Amino acid sequence: MVFDFFKKAKYFTVKQDVKRDIPEGLWVKCDVCNEILFTKDLERNFKVCQKCGHHFRLTVEERLHITLDPDSFTEYDTELEPSNPLGFPDYNEKLSSAQEQTRLREAVITGDGSIGGHRVVVAVMDAHFIMGSMGTVVGEKITRAVESALEKRLPLIIFSASGGARMQEGMLSLLQMAKTGMAIGRYSDAGLLYISVLTDPTMGGVSASFAFLGDIIISEPGALIGFAGPRVIEQTIRQKLPDGFQRAEFLLEKGFIDQVVARPQMAETLARLLSLHERGDA
Amino acid sequence: MPTIFDFERPVIELETKIAELKSFANEKGLSLENEIATLEQRAAELKQFIYGNLTPWQKVLIARHPERPGTLEYIGAMITDFVELHGDRLYGDDAAIIGGIGRFDGEPVTVVGHRKGRDTKENLARNFGMAHPEGYRKALRLIKQAEKFGRPVICFVDTPGAHCGLGAEQRGQAEAIAKNIMVMSALKIPIIVLVIGEGGSGGALALSVGDRILMQEHSVFSVSSPEACASIIWKDSARAREAAEVLKLTANDLRGMQIADEVIAEPLGGAHRDKAEATTLLINAVRRNLAELKGASGDELLVARYRKFRSIGVHLGV
Repeated sequence: MVFDFFKKAKYFTVKQDVKRDIPEGLWVKCDVCNEILFTKDLERNFKVCQKCGHHFRLTVEERLHITLDPDSFTEYDTELEPSNPLGFPDYNEKLSSAQEQTRLREAVITGDGSIGGHRVVVAVMDAHFIMGSMGTVVGEKITRAVESALEKRLPLIIFSASGGARMQEGMLSLLQMAKTGMAIGRYSDAGLLYISVLTDPTMGGVSASFAFLGDIIISEPGALIGFAGPRVIEQTIRQKLPDGFQRAEFLLEKGFIDQVVARPQMAETLARLLSLHERGDA
Repeated sequence: MPTIFDFERPVIELETKIAELKSFANEKGLSLENEIATLEQRAAELKQFIYGNLTPWQKVLIARHPERPGTLEYIGAMITDFVELHGDRLYGDDAAIIGGIGRFDGEPVTVVGHRKGRDTKENLARNFGMAHPEGYRKALRLIKQAEKFGRPVICFVDTPGAHCGLGAEQRGQAEAIAKNIMVMSALKIPIIVLVIGEGGSGGALALSVGDRILMQEHSVFSVSSPEACASIIWKDSARAREAAEVLKLTANDLRGMQIADEVIAEPLGGAHRDKAEATTLLINAVRRNLAELKGASGDELLVARYRKFRSIGVHLGV
């Protein structure tokens, strides 16, 4: 059960997840530069390739571990579990196998904690769970997290990692874009800070809703960010996309994100931004 | 050449036969009234049977029918004094989205809507109704302007989806759609969304955050086009028909899920078979809903709109 799992959270138990990301054993090959890396070194380096700087995708647990102050996290809405509202074929099996593989109930974990001593509400998506796609429960958990942040008047940080809206929940998924976007609008009108952190990948219905609505939008290096997937675009325009298209650095150049921040500096950067928004009465 | 789908061929053949028989009777001065009446009766029953039992995929085909009235036809038929307004003031004008101001029942309204072409030439000019970021930003500019001048907004939704391409990504397609959703959710004016054809994915949602979502009987609205969905789920876009059957994308399905607030009836067989009647039915629905919304204050609208979208998917899994 995810609930128990996080309640007793010891954020050093990443071994379970490492297996899935990386071939078993002591060594792992970087997807980008093909360098053979010592697994222990890779983990020590925030799962960033020492040679080329490629950022391996993280699990929720790893993300929380490297971001939040130790033992500061309290998870929200642990009981929310996805269902199959349309009776979509093979969806139940897909959910069960994703749950088994990730030990998560859904593609997002929400809660509050602190970063460098600053209290925040956080939502962290996990691309290992059906590509982090947003169905009703993901939309609901994010909306509730935004509403909690509003109620507690806390800053909000969302780490996005998603291929977009989840097909198997049809229009109910699409409408989560409206639900989350609307909640962010209310939250923002209350004068509160929302930092959106885009990680690999942030696409489709997630990029086209809450992920691009941050007061400040930062991204991890090399993250794929966009609306349409590169394959779809290539099929549409019938030509190969230029190198680096839809990567974080490309979006920075086009003016759509504020900064590209390497993972080892992320927590520190967030803490600094939080401190700059701290008010006298906080 | 009018577009005729296989499933409606028996109806069209029978209607053609009746027309032939009528002109034959006229020519020869024969009285075939009884025979004609029998055939007409049978045609009506056949139509009822075929059009009353359309599969989701057949509805997708009707929603995409090239002669189906679209945004421009409805603007022409229900809006007077229409003045089209162009451009997003940032980059360009996008012909895939039409916007402007005019009068509905004599009162000023802002109108925005996707525009698919009705022939190849228009389709090329309008990019098949698939907007770029500048299209969504133009729509947003006009909708915000409507709030400034205190007039209601009518949105027409009819698009396969947002454009997928280099320029669209470079200019922030995702950001443009996200911004529309957030801003539209907080505007203190009535917003009526009319789904009149095909509502596809985020590109349709960008004009759909309103107080009422009214869907014409044969319109569809889906998380992605059935082709894209089939390609994502089964890696095979040829299985679009199958995807349409499971996506729950028809007006009635969406009414059942409380996503559509109302299903607007269409003439038997679809809006293209009787455009005047389709327009009348649409106008009546807009008039009634607008009257209801006009009684509410801006703050009341926001509370109700928030509740409407907040409640979608909330009951699940708890």
